[in-house]
Amino acid sequence: MSELKSGSNLEKVLNAGHFAFTGECGPPKGANVAYLKEKFEYLKGNVDAVNVTDNQTAVVRMSSVAGSALMIGEGLEPNFQMVCRDRNRLAMMSDILGAYALGIRNMLCLSGDHQTFGNHPEAKNVHDIDSMQLISMVKKMRDEGKFLNDQDIDVPPKMFIGAACNPFADPYEYRVYRLANKIEAGVDFIQTQCIFNMDKFRDFMKKAVDMGLHEKCYILAGVTPMKNAGMANFMSKFVPGMDIPDSLIKRLKGVDKKDQAEEGIRFALEQIEEFKEMEGVAGVHLMAIEWEHMVPEIAQRANVLPRPVV
Amino acid sequence: MIVADRKSLKEILAMVEDNKKILIAGCKGCVTVCNVGGLKEVEILASSLKIARKKQGNDIDIDIKVLERQCDTEYVAEISDIVGDYDAVLSLACGVGPQFLSEMYKDQIFYPGVNTTFFGGATRHGVWEERCAGCGTCAIHNFGGLCPIARCAKSLMNGPCGGSSKGICEVNKDTECIWDAIVKKKMEAGKLEDLIGVKGIKNWRTARDGGPRRSIREELVQGNI
Amino acid sequence: MRLSYPADIKVIQLPCTGRVDILHLLNAIEDGADGVYVAGCLEGECHYIEGNLKARKKVEYVKKTLAELGIEPERVEMYNLSSAQGARFAQIANEMVDKIKELGPTPVKNNHAA
Repeated sequence: MSELKSGSNLEKVLNAGHFAFTGECGPPKGANVAYLKEKFEYLKGNVDAVNVTDNQTAVVRMSSVAGSALMIGEGLEPNFQMVCRDRNRLAMMSDILGAYALGIRNMLCLSGDHQTFGNHPEAKNVHDIDSMQLISMVKKMRDEGKFLNDQDIDVPPKMFIGAACNPFADPYEYRVYRLANKIEAGVDFIQTQCIFNMDKFRDFMKKAVDMGLHEKCYILAGVTPMKNAGMANFMSKFVPGMDIPDSLIKRLKGVDKKDQAEEGIRFALEQIEEFKEMEGVAGVHLMAIEWEHMVPEIAQRANVLPRPVV
Repeated sequence: MIVADRKSLKEILAMVEDNKKILIAGCKGCVTVCNVGGLKEVEILASSLKIARKKQGNDIDIDIKVLERQCDTEYVAEISDIVGDYDAVLSLACGVGPQFLSEMYKDQIFYPGVNTTFFGGATRHGVWEERCAGCGTCAIHNFGGLCPIARCAKSLMNGPCGGSSKGICEVNKDTECIWDAIVKKKMEAGKLEDLIGVKGIKNWRTARDGGPRRSIREELVQGNI
Repeated sequence: MRLSYPADIKVIQLPCTGRVDILHLLNAIEDGADGVYVAGCLEGECHYIEGNLKARKKVEYVKKTLAELGIEPERVEMYNLSSAQGARFAQIANEMVDKIKELGPTPVKNNHAA
């Protein structure tokens, strides 16, 4: 057991060698705190930390800092997401300090979906720094206690630093090197894009393990249960960087429409079982998109409960 | 070159709505090369506007003039004798042109007839693509000669985002993922190691973010070369 | 053959329709022509390889411009026929004149015209 960098629950769980289980929660399109608290209830006790998305798919929502802070108030641990699309380095550093002051201890560094996908496609985007540079910036703030300009930070933010990895985007051969770069930049844990193509992911993990990357950061495999064949079809066609094999779509179509959700969950559970045994995988990140109420059942059936207390 | 697109006839007609006599000023620089503001385009626009105004029963007199360049005061000065003869001047140069004109002829009204879009070139006849963002600190040699600042939708400096699919950018199916091209070029050259490691944070002060920019070449200012 | 075609048409001869310019077409409309059409050689039989194909593109451009100005694009057309098709020439002339008559006089009025 190494020295803790942030002392977050997620870090402690991973550091103790437990198989981590994280969830996700999108803040509301408004200031509806009651809605958020209802979602929290489904996640509480069932996951180690919860990603709070930052204007995901470039649609305006309650800020991820505020969502994360509300989450802490309800006794859950947030994984605060930050994208490079909406803030320059000043706003980023300032929000990181603010997040830490509010008790946030995990953060996920992302490029962010392009604003043309969202509900304000006329917006100017920022991209002052990219996700790789954001990782190194958070690390510098934490480990050196310095801003980008090398001036000292009065009480540095001790964040457990996460990033995303999409093994299914192109060019595939480069993806493992990009992961290595993120580790060099200072990432502590990785959450992958939703995995559906297991063959490709097995191959990717083998490459990562061969390079020893799993020993330098914790890799959490992304799982999204399909609600029905239509969702699989839609994601396959319209969500960039998604790799959904025809066999999965066929499998979902192969059962009665009313049973497709159960079939989707079964596939997710099979995936989780395999990830528990897969070399280099340190946990699962469950993205039950607008399906938070299913998290307790999925966690139960995946045999990941109770969550370890460390 | 600087690439531009002509504004719609509807928009231009609205600009000159109240004018009876205008000059359309073309430019023999970039906008001639990208077929938007040279002699031919000036003539076509003049005829199109005249047709529209005759249809309205509200004729308009239009003279045309194509300047050597509208971004050099010595050429802008060429219309000093005639510029006052018009209700307005419609410039088909890039955004620089009507500003140089406005600065020299303070009492005249100048309209932009084109939308200036980017620094680029023609990839085939009739198709122009962006290549440079004018960031003030060129580093394309670090990226296989391809610029991710101008050509990646997110200006990423450290590899393709998760939306890159089969060489195409997530933002537009007609846009190549420049990072896919950079990676492939490096791999084919056996130089993947160039893309290992983190590229440092960019200094944007040399870009537009540092305020309007100015280039000074002292030896030319002093006039001794 | 003694074929007749309407007197409404003024023929302007060119060595090849490749010489037709967007401006020729626009200027004709600007000066009050009710319609303009280009009669080029059959496609694939241009002596200058693609003069007639280029002419068609220019006609298309002018049609687009007229549409943008709220003028019927049918006032400008491209036809292809060979020099041996006298009957076809007369037929096209009648067709075009009929179409223009249907559309009525040009909305482009020469207000200052004497």
